[in-house]
Amino acid sequence: MAILVVAAHDGKTVRSNVANAVAAAGQMGSDVTVLVAGSNCAEAAKSAAALQGVAKVLQAEDAAYANWVAEDIAPLVVKLAPGYSHVVMAADSVGKNVAPRVAALLDVAQVSEAIQVVSPDTFVRPIYAGNAMATVQTADKIKVVTIRPTNFKAVAAGGSAPIEQIGGEGAKGLSSYVGAELSKSERPELTSAKIVISGGRGLASGENFKLLETLADKLGAGLGASRAAVDAGYVPNDYQVGQTGKVVAPDLYIAVGISGAIQHLAGMKDSKTIVAINKDEEAPIFQVADYGIVGDLFQIVPELTAAVEKK
Amino acid sequence: MKVLVAVKRVIDYNVKIRVKADNTGVETANVKMSMNPFDEIAVEEAIRMKEKGAATEIIAFSAGPAQCQETIRTALAMGADRGVLVQSDTELQPLAVAKLLKAVVDKEQPGLVIVGKQAIDDDSNQTGQMLAALLGWSQGTFANKLNVADGTAEVKREVDGGLENIKIKLPAVITTDLRLNEPRYASLPNIMKAKKKPIETLTADALGVDVAPRLKVLKVEEPPKRKAGIKVKTVAELVDKLRNEAGVI
Ligand SMILES: Cc1cc2nc3c(=O)[nH]c(=O)nc-3n(C[C@H](O)[C@H](O)[C@H](O)COP(=O)(O)OP(=O)(O)OC[C@H]3O[C@@H](n4cnc5c(N)ncnc54)[C@H](O)[C@@H]3O)c2cc1C
Ligand SMILES: Cc1cc2nc3c(=O)[nH]c(=O)nc-3n(C[C@H](O)[C@H](O)[C@H](O)COP(=O)(O)OP(=O)(O)OC[C@H]3O[C@@H](n4cnc5c(N)ncnc54)[C@H](O)[C@@H]3O)c2cc1C
Repeated sequence: MAILVVAAHDGKTVRSNVANAVAAAGQMGSDVTVLVAGSNCAEAAKSAAALQGVAKVLQAEDAAYANWVAEDIAPLVVKLAPGYSHVVMAADSVGKNVAPRVAALLDVAQVSEAIQVVSPDTFVRPIYAGNAMATVQTADKIKVVTIRPTNFKAVAAGGSAPIEQIGGEGAKGLSSYVGAELSKSERPELTSAKIVISGGRGLASGENFKLLETLADKLGAGLGASRAAVDAGYVPNDYQVGQTGKVVAPDLYIAVGISGAIQHLAGMKDSKTIVAINKDEEAPIFQVADYGIVGDLFQIVPELTAAVEKK
Repeated sequence: MKVLVAVKRVIDYNVKIRVKADNTGVETANVKMSMNPFDEIAVEEAIRMKEKGAATEIIAFSAGPAQCQETIRTALAMGADRGVLVQSDTELQPLAVAKLLKAVVDKEQPGLVIVGKQAIDDDSNQTGQMLAALLGWSQGTFANKLNVADGTAEVKREVDGGLENIKIKLPAVITTDLRLNEPRYASLPNIMKAKKKPIETLTADALGVDVAPRLKVLKVEEPPKRKAGIKVKTVAELVDKLRNEAGVI
């Protein structure tokens, strides 16, 4: 049977994690359709059609879909779902909002944040902040699955799938979008950056995050933070890495002034190389770090910035 | 307006969990249990609504074994008015919990339901959205700020790029994110008072809800361990390792 991947997008391109979702879908079946619902989303539909492994793109144009209101998107997905064996979304803030609504309307269970496809009905997913891995099997006829993007290698571009126009279902009038307060940044997006530098309570102020920004700019890195740093107001909420924030798995993760609570580790311990900078040599972060350096971050970070400069 | 809050009993977030030797689950015997932290935030938000006069009564709901009474008592000690326990010894998955919640909503007719965005044990992040779907209600997920007035709720949501503002029709389901509020601790007098507050005990059968698990857990395993690394003495040594050993910069 065919797989339906529901794609989040910004009107111009589908999110980069759609390429990871298509890769995961390809392991569940061979015939992958991508749904691009939106208002003026032709460009986004084209970007989906260009992903390898995509057999078809459905473009649903409706003013109701302009801002990804779950109450309006879910009925469209539910209407399409009976033609598919699986409905797949990336486990980002869109997928987490929409997929359970779809699952409940279909009266099926949802598999959240799958990290591995064992077979079309069996998946591995982390529980307890990644301290245990559960293998779960679903008997539901339509399987609703969100996947953790960092665990599936993105498919490449170079495809040219046909795009089919379908109608929308209109607005339910339950929820309306008012506006967004998005963090502006020229830096690479946290979840897809090759290098991530995160700061914790040890930074002691938002002002001090400038130290990390300077280093990040030198390395072309994305910036993250611990919950403590977000709660203290040093940086916005979308910086949070962890069990209840974002999951990252870059080539290099540098944790600065972060103790390494399990909730934080849950979001970064799949990184290829981990560096920890902390003045407390007993800090748990050192247990997962490939390279640890014990000392005052206010001394080490500027030194590191200077050192990476002179190649 | 009545407000219903869901409170789940979970292994305390400070406990280092252990996978059972037979790979059927995690060790729960003799482990400290607490209210799911996101649900403490849900209870706190309901209490603040009541203090502002936006809510009239707060009902704390929990589903699971008899010990969930304790979790409900904690909510009552914080300031909820009464409890509803759906007692069940079957493993309750999010769709089942959402159906039980719906049955209680049908009975109690609250104007708002507040649940946590995710339970820190199973990390599903599903129950609230599923409940909203089953009721045909609007949903305000990952709430960072909530303002209820005149039959609508303004919700500031924590999303991937920052914050998003939506306006939703009541009745609605809200799921809490970490920055919504800082939950209070229950005072000793309130803990004593909570002992006298009523808790109604129901069963899934009596509510007519099929709670049979849909997902079969085949096995639960330890995650792969990271190899222990090394400590370096100087920044120069660190940069050398990153360049020439790891090859990441
Ligand atoms: C329900 C729930 C969900 C959570 N979700 C998350 C999550 O998603 N992500 C997350 O990160 N946390 C999460 N947490 C919080 C987590 O438990 C920790 O409280 C948090 O990660 C601690 O942040 P921290 O390491 O920055 O602060 P701390 O634990 O206070 O550590 C600060 C560190 O900085 C070091 N330091 C201080 N000054 C310096 C200096 N000058 N130089 C060098 N080092 C210095 C200290 O030695 C210390 O190790 C969650 C908690 C709960 C209850
Ligand atoms: C490998 C594995 C092992 C499991 N082992 C057990 C086990 O040993 N014992 C067991 O009982 N279950 C077990 N479960 C079931 C699991 O705990 C349920 O799926 C869970 O009740 C619902 O998922 P969640 O809490 O992660 O939902 P989420 O959608 O993350 O929860 C969100 C919110 O919904 C509300 N909520 C959810 N459940 C309840 C509840 N029961 N009562 C009140 N409010 C609630 C809370 O407000 C919570 O913050 C297991 C599941 C798996 C996959």
